[in-house]
Amino acid sequence: MASLKELSAIPEVLAPGHRLCAGCGAPIVVRQITRAAKGPLVVTNATGCLEVSTTVYPYTSWNTPWIHTAFENAAATASGVEAAYQSLKRQGKVDKEVKFVVFGGDGGTYDIGFQSLSGAMERNHNLVYVCYDNGAYMNTGIQRSSATPKGADTTTSPVGKLSYGKRENRKDLTQIMAAHNIPYAAQVSPAHWNDLYQKAEKAFAANGAAFINALAPCPRGWRHDSKDTIEICRLAVDTCFWPLYEVVEGKTRVTYKPREKKPVTEFLKAQGRFRHLFQPGNEGVLEEIQKEVDRRWEELLALEEISNR
Amino acid sequence: MALETKQVAMTGNEAVANAIKQINPDVIAAYPITPQTDIVQFYSTFVANGLVDTQMVTVESEHSAMSATIGASAAGARAMTATSSQGLALMHELLHIASGFRLPIAMPVVNRAVSAPINIHCDHSDTMAALTTGWIQIYGENAQEAYDNMIQAVKIAEDPRVKLPVMVCYDGFITSHAVENLVLVPDEKVKEFVGEYKPQHRLFDFDNPITFGPLVLPDYFSEIKAQEAEGMLAAREVILEVAKEYEKISGRKYGWFEGYKLDDAERVIVVLSSAAGTAKVVVDELRAQGEKVGLLKPRVLRPFPAEELVKALSGAKVVAVMDRAETFSTQGGQIFTELRAAFYEAPKKPLMRNYIFGLGGRDTTTAHIRTVFEQLKQDQERGSVDRKVTHLDVRV
Ligand SMILES: Cc1ncc(C[n+]2csc(CCOP(=O)(O)OP(=O)(O)O)c2C)c(N)n1
Ligand code: SF4
Ligand SMILES: [Mg+2]
Repeated sequence: MASLKELSAIPEVLAPGHRLCAGCGAPIVVRQITRAAKGPLVVTNATGCLEVSTTVYPYTSWNTPWIHTAFENAAATASGVEAAYQSLKRQGKVDKEVKFVVFGGDGGTYDIGFQSLSGAMERNHNLVYVCYDNGAYMNTGIQRSSATPKGADTTTSPVGKLSYGKRENRKDLTQIMAAHNIPYAAQVSPAHWNDLYQKAEKAFAANGAAFINALAPCPRGWRHDSKDTIEICRLAVDTCFWPLYEVVEGKTRVTYKPREKKPVTEFLKAQGRFRHLFQPGNEGVLEEIQKEVDRRWEELLALEEISNR
Repeated sequence: MALETKQVAMTGNEAVANAIKQINPDVIAAYPITPQTDIVQFYSTFVANGLVDTQMVTVESEHSAMSATIGASAAGARAMTATSSQGLALMHELLHIASGFRLPIAMPVVNRAVSAPINIHCDHSDTMAALTTGWIQIYGENAQEAYDNMIQAVKIAEDPRVKLPVMVCYDGFITSHAVENLVLVPDEKVKEFVGEYKPQHRLFDFDNPITFGPLVLPDYFSEIKAQEAEGMLAAREVILEVAKEYEKISGRKYGWFEGYKLDDAERVIVVLSSAAGTAKVVVDELRAQGEKVGLLKPRVLRPFPAEELVKALSGAKVVAVMDRAETFSTQGGQIFTELRAAFYEAPKKPLMRNYIFGLGGRDTTTAHIRTVFEQLKQDQERGSVDRKVTHLDVRV
C-alpha cells in the first residue's frame, strides 16, 4: 500500500492549467488512476468535458500520448491503438511495455458508447476503461443520461408542475460490465483514494480488459460548492448510493462497508439538483430512492456472499 | 526483370484480399457486409494460417471498424478496413476524422445501394455520399483494376505530400463476385513498391508525446482544413507518379480516366466502373458501322480531374453522363453536375445529358447503352438535348 507522500511523488500525465471547473471530479479521477500505470501510458478520451477542457489547441494538458476521435467510440479507438501495439510489438517494432487507459464520461459510456464499450470488453483488449461518472451530459449543458440518478433536476428532466426531475432509476453499468466476465471490474470513489489506487493497480495488471466506474462530481451540474466534491463522494459511499467493490474472475468483493449506513438523503441534500425533493409532496420519491439504494446494496452483499461460498 | 504475365482466375474480392495480403498491413479492423464480406473472410484465413503479420480486430460494427482503424493508424501502424453501403454510411462520422487526422488509410469499398428499400446489389449511392469527406476516391472497372488500384492506393495515401485516406471502389457482385482472369504482381515486388510505412507523427512516440484530436476553435480550424485541401491538390501529382511507378512493375497504365475510341468521337458516354465494360462492346459495334462514338471511364473522382476531363471531351459534340446514383437535387447525378461545372470556363462545350441508371443492381445491357447512343445521335441532329436528366430503364 502506497502512502499519500509516495503517490504524490509519481510524475503526472495531466498537467495543471487545464480548463475544467474548480472542484471538477474528472481530473481528480484521472490523476489518481494514471498514477497506477507506472510506465508508458497511452490515453484515449471520449468527447466530453474532460476532452474539450484539456486540449484547447494549440495547447494540451497531456504529457503522455493521447487520442480523441469522437464521442461514442473511445473503446473502439483504443481497441485499434492496442491492436497496433500487439502487432508492432510482435514484429519487433515497439519494445516498451505500454499500458492503455480510456476515459469516457457517463454519456459516452452508459449511453452512446455502450455498444463499442461492450465490443471492446468482449474482445478482451488489454486496456483499462474508466468511466468518470458525473451523472449527466455536462459538456452540452447538463442533460440527463442513463446514469443520472432518479429525481435529479437536469435540463432534459427538468423539475416542473408535472415533474420531480428524472423518473427512472440509474442503469447499473458496473454490473453490466461484470457480466461481460472480463478479468477485472470495479467501482471507485475519489474520496477513498487508497481503495481507488489499489483497484487501478489491479486493473492495469489484469491481463485483458478492465473496467472501472469512478464517481466524479460536477459542481456545476450537481450544484454544490467546489470545495465539497470529496465530501460528496464520501457521502455517496457512506449512504451506499455508490458502493465500493470489485469483481475479479466472477467473484464479487465489497471493498468498503460503512460502519453505519447513512440515509441516502444525506447524499441528496448536499446537492442543488435534488433540492426540490425535500419539498412537501415529494416524500414518496425520497422513499422510492431509498428503497432502490437498499435493494441494490443488499443484492451486492448477497453476490459477495455467493462469491465466498 | 520480365513482368509477370501468368493469368489467375479470381473474383474481385479475392483479388483485393490478395493485394492486401501482399501489402501485409499491421492491423485490420473489419465487419462483414454483403458484398464486401468475403474480403474479411479471405483475410481471416490468411491470419489463421500465419500468412501475414496483421493483427485482426473483429469489431462489433463498421463505426467501430473505422474507429479502430483510425486508432491503429494514429498509433503508427499501417491499418485498413473494408466496407460497403450501410457500413460506409455507419462510418460516415469517422470518415471525416480519418482525413482530418491526415491518416493514410486505404479502404476497399465494394459499391452497393443504400437503403431504403434495402438492397444488396450494386449502385454508387454509398461512395457518392462520401465525396465530401476528404477521402481520395478511385474506381475500377474489373478485378484487375480493383487489385491494381488497391496497391497504388497505399502509396498514394502514405505520400508525405498527400497524407489522406483513399477509397478503392469497385462494383458489388458484378466485380466483387464474378470470377475473372487477372495478373498479379509478385509478392516481393508489391512489398518493395509499398515499402515500409514510416509515419511522420505517431502516438507510440513516448519521448515526444502527441495529442491527437484536440479541440480546435475558430482561430485555427480553417488553416487545418485548408492544409487538408492542399493535400488533395498534391494528390493530383502523386496519383500520376504512383501510376507511372506501378506501370514499371505491372506493365499496366493508369491515369485520371480511360478513353476508349475517344480521340475523334462525336458522341461520348461517360460512365464509371463495370458499366464501362458493357459500353465498350457497344462502342465497338457502332464503330464497325462507322459511327463516331466513344467512351470515357473516369478513374478518380477525388480529387476531381476537371481540366483533364474537359480536355478529353473538348472534341465531343454530345455527351451522356451516366450516374449510378441519385442526388435528388433534380439537377442530375454527381458526375454530371461536376462535369458540367468543369465546362463553365471552356470556350467549347458539348451538349450534355444525364442518365441515372443501374440502381440497386438493375442490369445495364448493351441494348440500354445502344438506346443512349441513339438518343445522343438525335440530340446531335437536333442541336439540343430534349431532356436533361433521364432515369434509364424505369417503368412508368
Ligand atoms: C455523435 C455525437 N452526438 C452528440 C454529441 C454532443 N456531445 C458532446 S459531449 C456530450 C455530452 C458528454 O457527456 P458525458 O459523456 O457524460 O461527459 P461529460 O461532458 O459529462 O464529462 C454530447 C451530447 C457529439 N459530440 N457527438
Ligand atoms: S461542467 Fe462539471 S464536469 Fe464539466 S468541467 Fe465543470 S465541473 Fe467538470
Ligand atoms: Mg457526464
